[in-house]
Amino acid sequence: MVARWQGHDVSRCVHLGTWQEDMAEIVSLADAIERTVHDGDSVAMEGFTHLIPFAAGREVIRQRRRGLTLIRMTPDVIYDQLIGAGCASKLIFGWGGNPGVGSLHRFRDAVENAWPGPLGLEEHSHAGMANRYVAGASGMPFAIMRGYTGTGLDGLTGLSGQPVIQPITCPFTGERLTAVAALNPDVAVIHAQRADRSGSVQLWGITGVQKEAVLSARRSVVTVEEVVDELDPRPGAIVLPSWVVDYVAAVPGGSHPSYALGYSVRDNDSYQAWDAISRDREEFQRWLADEVFGREGGPLAGTGAAEGGHA
Amino acid sequence: MTATRSGPASRPGPSGPSGPGGVTADEMMTAAAARALRDGMTCFVGIGLPSAAANLARATHAPNLVLIYESGTIGAKPGRLPLSIGDGILAETADAVVSVPEIFNYWLQPGRIGIGFLGAAQIDRFGNINTTVIGDTYAQPKVRLPGAGGAPEIAASCREVIVVVRQSRRSFVDQVDFVTSVGFGDGPGSRERLGLAGAGPRKVITDLGVLEPDPETCELTLTGLYPGVSVPDVQARTGWELAVSASLDVLRPPTAAELTALRRLQAVPGSEGAA
Repeated sequence: MVARWQGHDVSRCVHLGTWQEDMAEIVSLADAIERTVHDGDSVAMEGFTHLIPFAAGREVIRQRRRGLTLIRMTPDVIYDQLIGAGCASKLIFGWGGNPGVGSLHRFRDAVENAWPGPLGLEEHSHAGMANRYVAGASGMPFAIMRGYTGTGLDGLTGLSGQPVIQPITCPFTGERLTAVAALNPDVAVIHAQRADRSGSVQLWGITGVQKEAVLSARRSVVTVEEVVDELDPRPGAIVLPSWVVDYVAAVPGGSHPSYALGYSVRDNDSYQAWDAISRDREEFQRWLADEVFGREGGPLAGTGAAEGGHA
Repeated sequence: MTATRSGPASRPGPSGPSGPGGVTADEMMTAAAARALRDGMTCFVGIGLPSAAANLARATHAPNLVLIYESGTIGAKPGRLPLSIGDGILAETADAVVSVPEIFNYWLQPGRIGIGFLGAAQIDRFGNINTTVIGDTYAQPKVRLPGAGGAPEIAASCREVIVVVRQSRRSFVDQVDFVTSVGFGDGPGSRERLGLAGAGPRKVITDLGVLEPDPETCELTLTGLYPGVSVPDVQARTGWELAVSASLDVLRPPTAAELTALRRLQAVPGSEGAA
């Protein structure tokens, strides 16, 4: 997408798309991912337990993207899959576990044993991640918060080698606060309940940080349960107008085993089953071959992951 | 409520019905944590044991307890335990559902929330919590833990914190490998110097008993034991020279009503049926 306005590079400030306010295009999921997610991109797939874009994550694996910097408040099972499949070289995150179940074994294998490759980390709290998206969505270089003081997170550097957490003094009161650097992902991917035919998107229930993720990103993809003629009001719903969204793809059930309030319920058994699938490299690769690549491709050609269970 | 009877009750083990009347150690711990909550409080709830305890309190003595999950669900009233902090039942039963930036910036950060309920992989004598890495270096950890999540700001900004954690020499360490969430830092005056608004840990509830910070030294001190647990039992599972209160409480085991309520909440663990 064009990221310049009157000669200025605005891509790091706000998501403007083009100056002519392109409307979102409704395309297939494969097309949406192919057009937006490129090797080496920074990609934020958000959804706080609810509305996690699992189908889009599997499509990224299927398209064998490499060298991604994955960004997510809670890199749960969706990023365990992408990390294990060798798509990511870096991760910016706040909490990496399988909620209510335990460890993310593919994430741990990457950090502890560099399998299928090393994974660079940039680590925050959830409040820090949320505020970084807010800064990105607001066109600000950083956000201010109370937080991190006295914790080990305060001393960590970001992926750039520079600190992403800095002390800052309030110019009005002199109080010492914490500044966190803005996040402006190349791509944001979310799942929502509905879109209309113009590509405006509506989501409700637990809406997490998805609005901020889309508005902070240079490009965006939204998978939806259904495309409808009209977005009639729902309690607590937020709407992302078509002109801040690039691609919409209808993917019913696209958040499974997460859920879409009003359409599906969280498949907690699948989260529990993931523990055994992900614990073992070979078991995980069988899952990839069966559930992601199907009959079309062999598992993970050229990633090292195809070599089996050696550290 | 009956007074505690001292008797030949066996020590609760880490699992299985081994306490008085077939009560598990986790049930003892959950009931003790629930009793630390009073009706009408506001409580920022983590998943797992803290969520079980907060929901038990709401189902028994604290029907007006306000449960707040960091998924943005304020005043959630689940009839069974959610598996995650974002299960649909939390949104469907909440007084309000807000975004994640809002739950942290508008609700937690200004000190609106009374109690923060946290778990820990490691906790030290000053109540500092590690949920990030085990091992000597951050870059090459022996065990990579999930990380911070909402905990650092909950520990900083809730007016008080309760920690629920199973006690062992691995979890109760002299010094945490990484400070994810600050308790009392390096001792008295630390929280003030760091500018942390909340008062810090008020109780640490384990499967052996209860520890509370000494008002002078801020050091976690054993103040209560479950029936059948001895001070040496607790010392054996603590990685520092444990201070013991001169007046030790013997904690009441769960009542029949508490056990019934807890087991009802857990009857369909994490189930998301459309009830």
